[in-house]
Amino acid sequence: MISINKILAFTALSTLVLSACGGSSSSSKVMVPETPDPMFTQSYQVTVTNLTYAQPMSPIALVLHNEGQLWTMGEMASVALENLAESGDNSDVLADSMVLSGQGGAGLLMPAMSEVLNVSYTFTDVNNAPMKLSLATMLVNTNDAFTGINALAVNNLAVGESISFTTSSYDSGTEKNSELMATIPGPAGGGTGEGFNAERDDIDKVAMHSGVVSVDDGLMGSALTQAHRFDNPTLAVMVTRTE
Amino acid sequence: MNTLLSHAVKKTAKIKNTALLLSTALLLCTSALTQAQELDITVTNLTQGIHFTPILIAAHDSDTQLFKSGDMASPQLQMMAEGGDISALSTMLASANKAENPAMGLLAPTMSTSAMLSTTDGNMYLSVVAMMLPTNDGFIGLNSWKIPAEAGTYSFTVNAYDAGTEANDEMITGGGAPGAAGIPAAPGMDAGTGGTGVTMTEGNAYVHIHRGSIGDDNLTAGKSDLDNTVHRWLNPVARITVTVN
Repeated sequence: MISINKILAFTALSTLVLSACGGSSSSSKVMVPETPDPMFTQSYQVTVTNLTYAQPMSPIALVLHNEGQLWTMGEMASVALENLAESGDNSDVLADSMVLSGQGGAGLLMPAMSEVLNVSYTFTDVNNAPMKLSLATMLVNTNDAFTGINALAVNNLAVGESISFTTSSYDSGTEKNSELMATIPGPAGGGTGEGFNAERDDIDKVAMHSGVVSVDDGLMGSALTQAHRFDNPTLAVMVTRTE
Repeated sequence: MNTLLSHAVKKTAKIKNTALLLSTALLLCTSALTQAQELDITVTNLTQGIHFTPILIAAHDSDTQLFKSGDMASPQLQMMAEGGDISALSTMLASANKAENPAMGLLAPTMSTSAMLSTTDGNMYLSVVAMMLPTNDGFIGLNSWKIPAEAGTYSFTVNAYDAGTEANDEMITGGGAPGAAGIPAAPGMDAGTGGTGVTMTEGNAYVHIHRGSIGDDNLTAGKSDLDNTVHRWLNPVARITVTVN
């Protein structure tokens, strides 16, 4: 407690000193050229590792934002998220109106592979500093499974500080988990599986994913095999503030 | 405590009022370690196709446990896990602070329910249980989470357990009484009939992490009455958010 009080007293003192300085300079008659608004930049480096056996992850959508979240448990998926979760297309999420700054992944993130992404946001008003970081990617050998991080608070992360965690997988609830070849956009669908379809023929609420069944575990007609099964967690993520 | 203080100092050097509030909070919580607390508790069903039966939330002392992995289920826990009946467990918890059945019935997939709980001295541990339907004796379980002394919001997930008291035959027979085979009901009305039974034995008679249901793709025959694209799950199955006021 003593140290807090000391620091408080010191802060109060220095505020006094500073305001005294400010007062004297503003009272002088010297013309000061107008200075441009200061610019602030916050940058984050995100390392993502695919932890699954045979579920490539679609190109990652990484975004900084202040408002909103990419999904809410028990609520309908946005069309942008539906598109990502059914087809692996991250463009609608990256273009979402809440996004301050976004970065897409280089391509499919294969099992056991890692990718490093960087995202930055430059602003003039300190009140516009990005508060949240989100990330989403589809498990492409599924109907509509995705994983990621949802509105992680990054505003207290100091430069050089990192947070690491693993993520679970979600079901966007927008497409029935038939596992039929014609509905799987990933390699298990033979390259012709359908991606986005605006029809919503599942519970139409975001929930956690129950995993794939596969033909080897009793789902007739499934294009998936034992190799496509997954368990949680599916992704390892490390977020580092770099600026 | 040193880390806590240095954190507080770092973050508050800039904002004096926050610093004062924080230091007051720190003082308060050291003296409130064993005292009564006011809690807001939210339970969220994270699954896509599993309902929770009436939930029992209890704050209790360190000597009480509703269940323990590796131990045999009590008859009271068995009633909850096989039939969703929390009354006997609740009776057993004489000195605990309880919130019973906050959802007033079933908690559907992806839904949340909340309860307020006032704890009394010594009831420093939180436990939560509810049966999962349709399962034979699966339940969500939180065992003796130490309630933090510091005010704040704490959020974590919990897993699905098997009470070890009934064979996971996955047949919907209406059997919910302890010892009666079968699953009481599939509230989503999305299960089948005519299953011949996945297994007739329960080799592990101790409380353990549920291995999951298997289901099948035939709603009128096959081994299981459960639908393998609807009634499976992966852990975690529930999120619990506790606000210590």
